[in-house]
Amino acid sequence: MAEATSHARTPTLFDRVVAATPGNSHLGMCIQCGTCGGSCPSGADMEHTPRALFALINAGMEEQVLRSNTPWYCVSCYYCMVRCPQSIHITDLMYTLKRMSIQEGLYRQSTASDAPGFSQDFIFFVENFGRSFELGIAAIYNLRYHPLDMPKMMPMGLGMMRKRRMDLTPKRIKDMTGLKAILAKAKELEGKI
Amino acid sequence: MKYAYFPGCSLEKNALAYHNSTLAISAPLGLELEEIDDWNCCGATEYIAINRLAAYSLITRNLALAEKQFGKKDLVAPCSACFLNLSKADAYMQEDPPLAEKVNLALAEADLHYDGGTIKTRHLLHVLMEDFGLDAIKAHVTKPLKGLRIAPYYGCLIVRPGFLGKFDNAEYPTSLDRLMQSIGATVVDFPLKAACCGGHMTQLNQHIALDLLRVLLQNAADYQADVIVTLCPMCQLNLDAYQADVNRLFKTKFHIPILYFTQMIGLAFGMDAKTLGIGKELVDARRALAKIGVEVPPEEPPKKKRPSKEELPMPKMPEEG
Repeated sequence: MAEATSHARTPTLFDRVVAATPGNSHLGMCIQCGTCGGSCPSGADMEHTPRALFALINAGMEEQVLRSNTPWYCVSCYYCMVRCPQSIHITDLMYTLKRMSIQEGLYRQSTASDAPGFSQDFIFFVENFGRSFELGIAAIYNLRYHPLDMPKMMPMGLGMMRKRRMDLTPKRIKDMTGLKAILAKAKELEGKI
Repeated sequence: MKYAYFPGCSLEKNALAYHNSTLAISAPLGLELEEIDDWNCCGATEYIAINRLAAYSLITRNLALAEKQFGKKDLVAPCSACFLNLSKADAYMQEDPPLAEKVNLALAEADLHYDGGTIKTRHLLHVLMEDFGLDAIKAHVTKPLKGLRIAPYYGCLIVRPGFLGKFDNAEYPTSLDRLMQSIGATVVDFPLKAACCGGHMTQLNQHIALDLLRVLLQNAADYQADVIVTLCPMCQLNLDAYQADVNRLFKTKFHIPILYFTQMIGLAFGMDAKTLGIGKELVDARRALAKIGVEVPPEEPPKKKRPSKEELPMPKMPEEG
């Protein structure tokens, strides 16, 4: 809001979360009813339900918010979002909090600290081939974070191989140069919010 | 009817059966699907967790390519996650002009441009229900799936949140139920039909993911479903490939095959199991499909590697079986 900026103040956590979320997230409308947490399939394993997290955002408690495992345990099922009586874009806000948590490096202190690694391994293939590559993602991610669990995953992986449901090499799109240029420009623009 | 088609990465390999069965049933229905040339991954739920603008530019590149290739047209995505991402990007390209401006600046690097609202993304189920209708589908049924008990599983993203308008009830949808009934199957009540399969959680926290899957499988088993029918490659993969892990962790004995709704339609159209990619599932569908007299082709034996003449004689492991 232009009028409000006449006496400049540093943007609060709330302001920054809202600015980094596309569209109108309605974050300021939260009435603390808890419908979100009650609807969430992984709510029981979250350190804060979305409702609690929004209260922390309002209170400006940045570290607690960005260290929480909540955004990383969001399964993107949108149950909370369709049930929210205030139409808050909860799932999109979770994505915003994930990005901020990576930027600030605070995810390392969360109990879900290997979750961003999965996203990063996934996008490595997207950024270099234009397509996702399941075998590569699973191999890199698990070698890096769960090497001891790998034998347990073998039967499933072999089953997928036997049924010819897993590519051994990634597929590459034709205009990789164009895609790389788009992504580089997007990253440059995102720096200037 | 002609549509632009976005298969998505999963349908290229792990859900190839979904792709093949979609193409198989589209021929008799007169559904023409033209693939977007050089499409890229939609980023699933991962890119958006790293960089907002790059994620939206990645998704919108597909919409821009579709606009360039087809002009104003409906785009069909059979994968629920691709459907969600494409429709969400389209919605925000209309709703958030500053975001749209930046996305187009990025797209301009590859001479592309997209105006929100030009390409309407729809899921395959939407198209079959709304543009073709049950009567048109029923007209092609030659082998109704009499006696097969189906649990219709919608998962999340096809019914929620509906960025481009709601298609069915967000919590208790019925379109797939009606579609399966129209091809002769018995549709069981499946209260968890729109509950989450866990998505990428199988990679991040197995206990949370396997518990979500256990609840779904238990629910289908309680209603004595022979098969769970899905419309999303992620749901199929999780329920199918991790069913053995669920059984191991919770000491359960689930054996519920997970098939795509297009495969069921194909069977009712009298197509053979192999064309429809049946046999690719890890939880064997043989016993369930025997109920309706469908024979699943035996697994292809793996190709034997021929030793090359230049190869040095090496000790070999004895062959199995």
